[in-house]
Amino acid sequence: MPVIEVTHLKKRYGDLVAVDDVSLTVEAGEIFGVLGPNGAGKTTTVECVAGLRVPDGGGVSVLGLDPRRDAAQLRQRVGVQLQESQLPDRLRVAEALELYASFYRNPADPAALIDKLGLGEKRNTAYKKLSGGQKQRLSIALALVGNPEIAILDELTTGLDPQARRDTWGLIEQVRDSGVTIVLVTHFMEEAERLCDRIAVIDRGRVVALDTPTGLVSAVAPEQRVRFRPSAPVDDRLLTDLPEVSDVRRTGGQVVVTGTGDLLHAVTSVLARHQIVAADLRLEQSTLDDAFVELTGHRPVD
Amino acid sequence: MHAFRQILRIEARLYLRDLPTLLTIVGLPTMILVVLGLIPSLREPDPNFDGQNFVNYFAPSLLVVTLAMVGVNTMPMALATYRERGVLRRLATTPAHPGALLAAQLVVALAAILASALLLIIVGRLAFGVPLPEHPLGFALAFVLGTAALLALGLLVAAVARTTKAAQALAVPLFLLTMFFGGVYLPRFLLPDAVARIGDYTPPGVQALLDAWTGPSPQPLHLAIMAVIAVTAGAGAAKLFRWE
Repeated sequence: MPVIEVTHLKKRYGDLVAVDDVSLTVEAGEIFGVLGPNGAGKTTTVECVAGLRVPDGGGVSVLGLDPRRDAAQLRQRVGVQLQESQLPDRLRVAEALELYASFYRNPADPAALIDKLGLGEKRNTAYKKLSGGQKQRLSIALALVGNPEIAILDELTTGLDPQARRDTWGLIEQVRDSGVTIVLVTHFMEEAERLCDRIAVIDRGRVVALDTPTGLVSAVAPEQRVRFRPSAPVDDRLLTDLPEVSDVRRTGGQVVVTGTGDLLHAVTSVLARHQIVAADLRLEQSTLDDAFVELTGHRPVD
Repeated sequence: MHAFRQILRIEARLYLRDLPTLLTIVGLPTMILVVLGLIPSLREPDPNFDGQNFVNYFAPSLLVVTLAMVGVNTMPMALATYRERGVLRRLATTPAHPGALLAAQLVVALAAILASALLLIIVGRLAFGVPLPEHPLGFALAFVLGTAALLALGLLVAAVARTTKAAQALAVPLFLLTMFFGGVYLPRFLLPDAVARIGDYTPPGVQALLDAWTGPSPQPLHLAIMAVIAVTAGAGAAKLFRWE
């Protein structure tokens, strides 16, 4: 059952077309990624979903409601974590969560949420004394304190160190497991690949692809490479005759076989039949990075 | 209303937590009064001030100090900072309206101004025999209208400035002008008459405060001008204010 439906969304700022034509649906209980280069229209799209901006055209429906007309209802049911939104310097962790909890009819227990997000020791710490990762966790906590059905998280881990980023990912998975639908805006491939059930790739205000991470990779960049060091000379034709193989190259003592489908199995089977041992065997598959470059022509950041 | 009360509680707590600023806002005018009051010659009646002493004459200008600091400086800067850092925007995604935060800021600003004025009046009365305002009603009116005019100007600053830097660039000259025309830098009897007369009509309207405190009742024109400024600047701010 879709909880968010966006159809032919359009939004411009003066002459600048931020969102040209975006359509997507988000299913209940999934982590839905919105991926794209900077300035692609990701944030504008989710801001329209969150009811913060009025679309110039197209339709947005969230939990069957209109984000503008039914704003009061949706603010109770949708939690939003915005890019670069901070809190007053002297506000303490527990105060912030208790304040935000007081806005909702059916809030989560702030104290329990603080512990769950690993901020227990920081409950009386002022916002400005928190580290980047702690600020981010507090920000996520604020988006969740109203017990939302949908959480929209924009640029969740930008500016975090790798450990804090991984911790945050673990947290998001926990939140999803508790039944919350998550819309995740990101430009980190690794994050999208690890977390998202489905991804919409947005470029220049349009959805250029929408699929699972694996689906995106295999549709756009299906090539795989198998590298190995053969224990005995291998005739190239043994490999090129395989239907899965498209190319064979040698670099030093290494053989590099490029192809599609179940390439690894095909290569290892033929080698085994000829009693050749493949040492240092490695399979290289395309990643979401490669798919992203194919789709948008942009090199991803980081 | 519930959200507003919660936000007000937190904003008041944050205000009290910033002790140096709080002490300056509430205590500085009284501190200056005490320093001046300890100088014997300034407690002598002086024909320059219709036979009053300097301390009595200068007290209304000391009220201007707090009004200027809060009205066109700390209050607009706080709002500009909240906007720049996305505090208002974040609030807009919750069931609370960011307007509640703005209202809470105004309430704490008013509370600080009131506390400062009361402290000044009480210390002036007890320590140096500065008489209580002769026209309590007129004084209250002049004080409320002058405060409203300055806060409205402060809101206008917060409304038109896109960044905290821009807000600062507007707030600082406005603050200096308010202090100058309010007779804080130079007592008004030292200012050329034309400049002192301009000061009658610039917020917070120090002549009306002086008239209500020590002399005849405040002139209706002075009060009306403050009301006009408050309404005009306030309406402008409401029209131009951006939440993000």
